[in-house]
Amino acid sequence: MTPSLAPDDLAFRDEVRAFFADSIPDDWKTTVRSGLRLPPETLTAYQKRLADRGWGAPTWPVEYGGTGWTPAQLSIFWSEAAAADAPPQFHQGLELIGPIIFTYGRQAQKDFYLPRIITGEDWWCQGYSEPGAGSDLAALRTRADRDGDDYVLNGQKMWTSYAHVADRMFVLARTSTEAKRQQGISLILVDMDTPGLRIQPIHTLDEKHHTNEVFLDDVRVPLSNLVGEEGMGWGYGKVLLDRERMVAAATAMFLPQTLRAVREAAKRRRVPGGTLFDRPGFRSKLAQIEIEALALQAMVMRLMADAAAGADSGPRGSMVKLRWSELIQQATGLWVEALGPAAQHFEALDGNGKTPPDMPLALQGALYSRVTTIYGGSSEIQRNIIARRALGL
Amino acid sequence: MEFAYSDEQQILLESADRFGEENMGAAARLARLAEGPEGSRRRWAAMAELGWLMLPIAEADGGLGGGPVEIAALMEGFGRHLMIEPYVSCCVFAPALMQGGGDKASELLAQIGMGEVRIAAALLEDDGYSVFGVDTRAEGDRLTGTKVHAEDGADADWFVVSARTGGVYGDKSGISLFLVAADAPGLTVRRFRSSDSHRHCSLELNDVPGILLGERDTAVARIAAAADRALVAHLAEAVGSMEAATAATLDYVRTRQQFGVAIGTFQVIQHKLVDMSVACEESRALMSVAARSLESGTPDRALIAAARVRISQCGVMVAQMAVQLHGGVGTSEELVVSHHLRRQMMLDLILGDRDYHRARFVALSDA
Ligand SMILES: Cc1cc2nc3c(=O)[nH]c(=O)nc-3n(C[C@H](O)[C@H](O)[C@H](O)COP(=O)(O)OP(=O)(O)OC[C@H]3O[C@@H](n4cnc5c(N)ncnc54)[C@H](O)[C@@H]3O)c2cc1C
Repeated sequence: MTPSLAPDDLAFRDEVRAFFADSIPDDWKTTVRSGLRLPPETLTAYQKRLADRGWGAPTWPVEYGGTGWTPAQLSIFWSEAAAADAPPQFHQGLELIGPIIFTYGRQAQKDFYLPRIITGEDWWCQGYSEPGAGSDLAALRTRADRDGDDYVLNGQKMWTSYAHVADRMFVLARTSTEAKRQQGISLILVDMDTPGLRIQPIHTLDEKHHTNEVFLDDVRVPLSNLVGEEGMGWGYGKVLLDRERMVAAATAMFLPQTLRAVREAAKRRRVPGGTLFDRPGFRSKLAQIEIEALALQAMVMRLMADAAAGADSGPRGSMVKLRWSELIQQATGLWVEALGPAAQHFEALDGNGKTPPDMPLALQGALYSRVTTIYGGSSEIQRNIIARRALGL
Repeated sequence: MEFAYSDEQQILLESADRFGEENMGAAARLARLAEGPEGSRRRWAAMAELGWLMLPIAEADGGLGGGPVEIAALMEGFGRHLMIEPYVSCCVFAPALMQGGGDKASELLAQIGMGEVRIAAALLEDDGYSVFGVDTRAEGDRLTGTKVHAEDGADADWFVVSARTGGVYGDKSGISLFLVAADAPGLTVRRFRSSDSHRHCSLELNDVPGILLGERDTAVARIAAAADRALVAHLAEAVGSMEAATAATLDYVRTRQQFGVAIGTFQVIQHKLVDMSVACEESRALMSVAARSLESGTPDRALIAAARVRISQCGVMVAQMAVQLHGGVGTSEELVVSHHLRRQMMLDLILGDRDYHRARFVALSDA
């Protein structure tokens, strides 16, 4: 989508375009298009490259090392990144804990952690969910008990994405037992190499290792690792919710990458009379998803305009998350279809097996996409939020 | 119109169910998959002993001559327990292609029934699904060309290969079937695992000796009939799988607590389960009608194409919802619902995708 750009923005766009033109190696592109994440080392290298250019934290204010970009600039940046098949930046440090630290953290925490997020030196993971606390996060049971100058953490976290590569984790834990479930929950920063912390992989249906169980067994961290005030951790989640619309907006802007991959697969596939891409039926299906993706981008633009005007965007972030997750599922599904019988060739069993270049990424992408309507608040929960916040039901 | 299984058919389903529970039960599933082809060979031998492998093979070829409804009963059990053995490809599809195909074919059919030989069909080329999209050429009985996908072909001893004995790519005649040994000179077999743990392959044929099956140039009708038989078997598998996924989800939403209540008390969850059960009901009815039509000897081919489209749609939708309603754990390897989803997605591609069958439906019902 090309909204009309002011001259300043046009110049900015050219600058961004030039940067991406020679910053994205070819071998990143196919993975990126599948909606799967690049390997952590690669993402870290990418983050460094952006940081060197001064663009490490596109959504942050200048005083914390961000760009201070306007929403228009942000959307230009993301569109250009998507067009160049650049990956989305890893969000857990940048969009989740970073902003909480600069909003509620003490000075020492800001000074230490924020620059390390921007340069990619620290990889963060989010230790919120637990076996009994998913949609109902307030049911969490992990405890952090004061003992001298330390908190002692005990409990189990689940679905902790990238815990296996992370340096640090931000954890929600109970620091007291109050009558109201949301009270007495605190936000605590934990180094992953602290004794008593054990990580166990969870294998998911796409056969990539994204996520983990994390066991906390008398894990001692200094009291100074508390973010903000004790017992107020739940409230900080509101900032997070607010920021999550940024995550949703950014990821939504990357949807066209997957649609380009679908096009290319269809152009490669020979059918009697031409290629699959020449078939009106297929084109029509692809067009439908492209059209919905355009609508989504328009929603993102409006969200960004709200942000620029300082207006409460209400549940628009939830709406973007809802639509994006549905569309990435449809797009990767169509990609599998475009590959045809080759889509069944997930893994070569012997040396001479050769899969098409976008297999098994397409199928992994399609399988992994099922997660997008579950994580970060399932679609059912997003709909509940919209019903309550937008419709007052 | 008959929908219920006969007593004998019901016994087949129950024995498949028992076998699945014992050999491929949800709890032991990952361990069994990790055993790889060895475990599968053991199960295959056990299936041979039960007489399942010869069930679909014609009596004239030493089989039991089981019809589409018997096969469906058995395949429902395969679907419920996601058994990965190459039953439809080896015991239903290939035999239907080979029936009346000459001495070597008869000999191999008897061996399939005993579990001594495995055969896979290798028909598909770049195009994917059209029976006419054949470029592989036969010069006399020597074949040259590429087959992009042979369902369950990785461990096959023989392949049934389609090739042009006349005309060009896309022509509606001039196609013949040949038997090709997996170790034939000039044949390269590339093996792949799919995400549902089936083992497939592609073939590169370079002047490979083949044995002509039946008459030259006349394979198209035979392929179409065999494909319908295999399709209906897979429909029953899909129904078994979607019903099992629905049952597992129903159990789960009754026990999983969030916000202090079982998630099954949320109306949106109830409605999704209702949609899943309606899809199961619709699919089962359609599958039965299609199987009975095939059994009648004058199959309504448009109906079979329609059943394939609709049941695939329902199967994928049900499995997706099963994953969704389980939340995070639904996406884990550990839980069987994610395996149902992978199988349903692959079933959706076997012997043509929905577009292909929709087009078939149009062509057949307009004719
Ligand atoms: C791959 C992956 C990565 C993840 N990464 C992280 C991470 O890094 N850090 C982290 O903390 N968490 C992470 N999560 C956890 C994720 O946030 C939870 O899975 C999610 O919140 C859903 O919780 P649950 O899995 O317990 O499902 P449940 O809450 O048990 O939900 C089961 C089903 O019930 C529905 N449901 C629940 N409550 C309601 C309701 N009130 N009304 C209607 N329907 C309802 C849900 O929508 C779902 O369909 C990840 C999850 C996955 C799958």
